[in-house]
Amino acid sequence: MEFSYNWDFNSILFNWDVLAHGLLVTMQISAITLTAGLGFGFFLGLGRYSRLQIFRFPSNVFVELFRNVPALVVIIWFFFAFPIISPFEVDAFTAACLAISVNTAAFSADIYRAGIQSISPHQWEAGRALGMPYLTILRRIVFPQAIKRVIPPLTSRGIEAVKLSTLASVIAVNELLYSAKQLSAIHFNPIEAYTAVALIFFMIIYPLTRFSYFLERRLGHSD
Amino acid sequence: MSAILSIKEMKKSFGSLDVLKGIDLEVKESETIVILGASGSGKSTMLRCINFLEMPTSGEIHLNDELVGTVRGKGENTNITYRESDLCSLRTKVGMVFQQFNLFPHMTVLENVMEGQVTVLKRKKIDASNRAKEQLGKVNLLDKIDQYPSHLSGGQQQRVAIARALAMDPKVMLFDEVTSALDPELVGEVLQTIRSLRDEGMTMLLVTHELGFAYHVADRILFLHEGQILEQGTPQDILFHSKQARTKEFLKGHAAFSLPNPETD
Amino acid sequence: MYEWDFSVIPMNADLLIMGLYGTIKVFVSAFVIGFPSGLILALMRLSRFKIISIPIGLFIDFLRSTPALILLFWFFFAFPIIIGLMIQAFLAATLTLAIVAAAFYAEIFRAGINSIERGQWESASALGMTRLELLRRVILPQAIKRMIPAFLERTIELLKTTPLMAAVAYSDLLFQAMDIAQKTFRPLEVLTVVAGIYFMMIYPTSLGVRKLERKLAKSGESTVH
Ligand SMILES: Nc1ncnc2c1ncn2[C@@H]1O[C@H](COP(=O)(O)OP(=O)(O)OP(=O)(O)O)[C@@H](O)[C@H]1O
Ligand SMILES: [Mg+2]
Repeated sequence: MEFSYNWDFNSILFNWDVLAHGLLVTMQISAITLTAGLGFGFFLGLGRYSRLQIFRFPSNVFVELFRNVPALVVIIWFFFAFPIISPFEVDAFTAACLAISVNTAAFSADIYRAGIQSISPHQWEAGRALGMPYLTILRRIVFPQAIKRVIPPLTSRGIEAVKLSTLASVIAVNELLYSAKQLSAIHFNPIEAYTAVALIFFMIIYPLTRFSYFLERRLGHSD
Repeated sequence: MSAILSIKEMKKSFGSLDVLKGIDLEVKESETIVILGASGSGKSTMLRCINFLEMPTSGEIHLNDELVGTVRGKGENTNITYRESDLCSLRTKVGMVFQQFNLFPHMTVLENVMEGQVTVLKRKKIDASNRAKEQLGKVNLLDKIDQYPSHLSGGQQQRVAIARALAMDPKVMLFDEVTSALDPELVGEVLQTIRSLRDEGMTMLLVTHELGFAYHVADRILFLHEGQILEQGTPQDILFHSKQARTKEFLKGHAAFSLPNPETD
Repeated sequence: MYEWDFSVIPMNADLLIMGLYGTIKVFVSAFVIGFPSGLILALMRLSRFKIISIPIGLFIDFLRSTPALILLFWFFFAFPIIIGLMIQAFLAATLTLAIVAAAFYAEIFRAGINSIERGQWESASALGMTRLELLRRVILPQAIKRMIPAFLERTIELLKTTPLMAAVAYSDLLFQAMDIAQKTFRPLEVLTVVAGIYFMMIYPTSLGVRKLERKLAKSGESTVH
């Protein structure tokens, strides 16, 4: 195979602002879906742990549903199907954020639940024996101990959410990957464009991954 | 003098397994009651039902002549329901110490003893801290208040657990085999703590296998067999002049603990 | 109030079935390529020669921390220019999914192999086996058992990644669904049903994996993750 291709990274460098804007949108999506997903997931996790059927059942349905339907299918659904029944306007950006948030919520719910369940029933008992009500025990005894165990898997889940943000390009949200697509269409440089974007993502996600391993080791040993 | 705690017809079953088959008990103020019985006879379940860590299947519990729970309905159809608030307020008055200490590992010794006072009794931090120090002083742990539980010996942890329960100013204390998880050389310090509590006039129910200790501290000993109080009386009555074959058999199994000689003691 | 009309589903059942076939075809192909590649990557990663293990480690990390859709676009739009040949959506999709799966499988293989105690290696090499023999006859049979749940989980993940192919117009289930939705103006019904089809493929499988995992945990078998 003859390798005669002329690399043209200039077209990337000259258009850095397009990629920068894409990166900004990627970060926006990530920030929104992490906040909404990990936040809502917390309540779902509590619901799934609850003794009360009225909390447990809907939480279970939500979690199983969005854990087991591929994220892209959910994005497409929120963009093309949901607006028909939605009481509010749904643009591509909103649809992507909604879909990635529910996905993150569903996966993080089980992380929270496992974290709560990992605390020995004896701790609950000690709290109850002091006359502490359920929520006080959760807040004062269980959460502070569970948090160390949920942070590493939540970090991994957060990384997953950042990776999912690229799926928004499929419905033309102009995040980083979509910017690359546009650049390559204008400048006929798909190799450079996609390689550049792949490297940018790698440079964001790889350190985060190492960091999550580090957390896992650090927090895992201090028990 | 009337009973501080009275238990009427208390029953408890787990599914089809009847563990408590009707317990009646009147506990007088400052009385120390030791509960003996074979493994599985329902001793722990009885203690746990008294502060509702297990829900009794039926029966009534009165603390200071007040019925625990809320009565619903009228005439024939009354029943007692237990709301979380009923149970929480009962539990502040009935303290409990467990076999496995169950200290909160993420809090220092001082914080462990302050926690219930602040979150449940709503005491001011400074008051809670003073009360905690007072109680920790009594169990000789003032030098450890800033340590985390994992840095303490089992005996020290158990004494913190006792201080934690006492700081709530309970009317009654329940002890469930609190020395069973301890190395033999640490048992003494915990028993000593309980003994001085008795001397201060605390009302206590305790499950223990230390018969020698029971002999010295108990005002009354109950022998529990298959969920019923088979026999009760003074330590002398039960440990030396038991009328029940079951009790004698149980005591024989504990010969290793070497009872003090009643004549010389 | 929106009036639901599900008749578009049976009317287009043939297209959906074709899409489903496309999904399964690419899933199976990616698995068949990805699984053995994962083992090879893992062995190279575990090699005693740093000149092999370090770059392979970096390669695995790169694949694991780059979003699959970028890799797919790269294979579909960029790769053909490099090799000077057009490649079909199917091939690009299969390659992407296989290579990503291989990277993740490799990590599972590695964790599994590493979980076998040193003593096993030593006692077996005392018998005079070569390293490869030892791996094949002693280490892998023990390690595989511990990896099963993680493998299955990863394989479900692979199935969940297949809809990405719709983004390069490969006619999988999702692509067909979008196509039908557009033609019939019934996106709500079509996409909801298709989401349901995905759910029914994936949910029972993940339930099974969870059950297996609990069973292994109960019987005291250790597993790797
Ligand atoms: N939560 C529960 N669910 C089902 N059965 C239980 C439960 N708790 C206790 N039991 C059963 O009730 C019976 C009495 O248990 P309990 O713990 O009260 O005995 P015990 O007298 O304290 O015994 P030990 O000396 O071994 O502590 C046992 O048969 C036990 O298996
Ligand atoms: Mg017991």
